[in-house]
Amino acid sequence: MNDMLRPATTAGITPQAFEGVSVSHRGQPLLQPLDLRLAGCRRTLVMGPNGAGKSLLLRLAHGLLAPSAGRVRWEGTTPRQAMVFQRPVLLRRSALENLTYALAVTGTPRGERRERAREALTRFGLAALEKRPARVLSGGEQQRLALARAWLTRPEVLFLDEPTSALDPAAIRAVECAVLDFHRRGTRIVMTTHDLNQARRLADEVVLLYGGRLIEHTPAERFFTDPQTAEGRAFLGGELVW
Amino acid sequence: MPTDANAFQTALALILGMDPVLLGIVALSLQVSISAVLIASLLALPLGAALALWCFPGRGAVIVALNALMGLPPVVAGLTVYLLLSRAGPLGQFGLLFTPTAMVIAQVILILPIIAALTRQQIEELHGEYRDQLHSLGVSRPRMIPTLLWDARFSLLTVVLAGFGRASAEVGAVMIVGGNIDGVTRVMTTAIVLETSKGNLPLALGLGLVLLGLVLLVNAAAHLVGETARRRLG
Repeated sequence: MNDMLRPATTAGITPQAFEGVSVSHRGQPLLQPLDLRLAGCRRTLVMGPNGAGKSLLLRLAHGLLAPSAGRVRWEGTTPRQAMVFQRPVLLRRSALENLTYALAVTGTPRGERRERAREALTRFGLAALEKRPARVLSGGEQQRLALARAWLTRPEVLFLDEPTSALDPAAIRAVECAVLDFHRRGTRIVMTTHDLNQARRLADEVVLLYGGRLIEHTPAERFFTDPQTAEGRAFLGGELVW
Repeated sequence: MPTDANAFQTALALILGMDPVLLGIVALSLQVSISAVLIASLLALPLGAALALWCFPGRGAVIVALNALMGLPPVVAGLTVYLLLSRAGPLGQFGLLFTPTAMVIAQVILILPIIAALTRQQIEELHGEYRDQLHSLGVSRPRMIPTLLWDARFSLLTVVLAGFGRASAEVGAVMIVGGNIDGVTRVMTTAIVLETSKGNLPLALGLGLVLLGLVLLVNAAAHLVGETARRRLG
């Protein structure tokens, strides 16, 4: 518990580099060759219309998908990572057991698991639901449970793939607060969204994808006031639909 | 010789009166089939899960073979075990032929492919759903086996009960390797065959009713478990 409250450290998270990375499926290019470097303890929001390649980029970064060409590498030791998906994948067990499972996998001693899992449930406002089967929780509760699970693995890098796209405003707020909590604890955030307002609230920097191409990688302030590309301007103006 | 209507009444009387002969046969049947199901499950559940998770050359052939073996005729399974256990066979020295153990072995061979093949299907489906999340958590493949088996527990219970149904209803295999010896290897199905041919319809019918009730009970349990799981676990 004590090291959960440790002040955020901003240095020391291994940078991640995409070097000429592309993805194609049966000859169809899904992601054009791109170079990208994610470093520091930033909150990077990956934006773009549906089908732009946002999820692909995230899955490549997290290692769930191998690039067709080029390579994704960590410039040093691979950091602890976690990923939160658009539709949370929860085990067919109770909320508490979903968390103790993650702790067991990461090698936490048996005696500590329950206590740490309960702390995480409390932190994410789920303490009253610990015995409930995870999959009958509401969408917002499920996503919070997924965040609690990620929290327990103490990731240095957290990937979130449109974690709020299926949630109501209150649940969206809860998820955004959690994302900021992770960041305060010293976690690099890489998150996809198609919600401009959400990006304005959360982003330090923006990666804009369009049609499988990397269009922009700029600090958020600049992106929202003075986008560097025509596509960026069109996206902000709501004209870039697909 | 009783008439059919009489046979039915006598059969009911045998069941309700807890006839010792009938009870002995039912008990042995349950003992053999439950043992077979336990052993087969212990082997086939992890096997099916492993088959769902690992890719290796010839995997397709193994799956096809397993699916084909689901339809293995009981008499063929019985014949195979008979040849293995007969005095001249490779396992003849253990003197297992015409014992309940031989019947258990035959039933294991019969239902292991069923449980393994159906488990493979269930686990493959569940793995498709869990793959990214388990990978993200850093779960190793050997570790996925117990995880997925546990999370598929309710559908797998139905699979195991299907195996039990097959084991308790088949007659060919246990007849060949058990020999239908009174008081030793006589189970419900073999007794029904014998008593029918002898014309002892009340006992045959009584056993038939018990067998039918048992199968019904198992299926009702499977249905109930499945429904409850769907409601509770989503």
